[in-house]
Amino acid sequence: MRSHCFRRLPEVELPVRVQTEDFDTGEEIARLRAGNPKIGAIAAFIGLVRDVNEGDAVRELTLEHYPEMTGKALSAILDEAKQRWEVIDATIVHRIGSLKPTDQIVLVIVASSHRGDAFAACEFLMDFLKTHAPFWKKEQTGQGARWVEARESDDSAAMRWNKTPPA
Amino acid sequence: MVTLRYFARLREALDIATEHIALPASVDSAEQLVAWLRQRGETWQREFAPGKNFRIAVNQQMAEANTRVKDGDEVALFPPVTGG
Repeated sequence: MRSHCFRRLPEVELPVRVQTEDFDTGEEIARLRAGNPKIGAIAAFIGLVRDVNEGDAVRELTLEHYPEMTGKALSAILDEAKQRWEVIDATIVHRIGSLKPTDQIVLVIVASSHRGDAFAACEFLMDFLKTHAPFWKKEQTGQGARWVEARESDDSAAMRWNKTPPA
Repeated sequence: MVTLRYFARLREALDIATEHIALPASVDSAEQLVAWLRQRGETWQREFAPGKNFRIAVNQQMAEANTRVKDGDEVALFPPVTGG
């Protein structure tokens, strides 16, 4: 006899999340692609805590954000990506709080019909997240605690998207 | 009233996270607000010195120097972001 089991409803997940807990990329991808036969390509990026920055050993990283702005900023970045490329669905997860080297910091997943749009939108999302989303890193090194300085290379990475409209 | 919020290195340097101020008569843009804050003393002058790298958000949106600031707004001042 076939048992009639009620499938647990998928948990409602916002496309953009900020959390202290770690994330499972496999689970996130599974949730994103579940039952959608239009998706032909998924690109994912994961940012990790390194054990060295500016030549100093990093023991710990503390991430703070501007809670009332973060969701709006990430949603705006996502909307912009959807204007530029064919994005069927996307997930952005950013962690806050205390992190250690090898810990995961950020996850961006983009689902599209084809790889070109998935790769481009994923890279665009990361470049804009790094320059437009209100997160700040403070690192604990052997020399004490210090705020991580923004990099000019991040600004130029975001700027290039102004010059290169998608084909 | 205008709510001012400070984040990250700026919050630590100025030793304040949030404050509510009556909008000064001389202020109706982000730039004018910063000029007004500079008058508060040496630390404020240093942190908001021209050429110093900081960002302003008005009502949780990234602002420009000439972005309007009006009564009831929330203005946040913070260093360039470093997430990701």
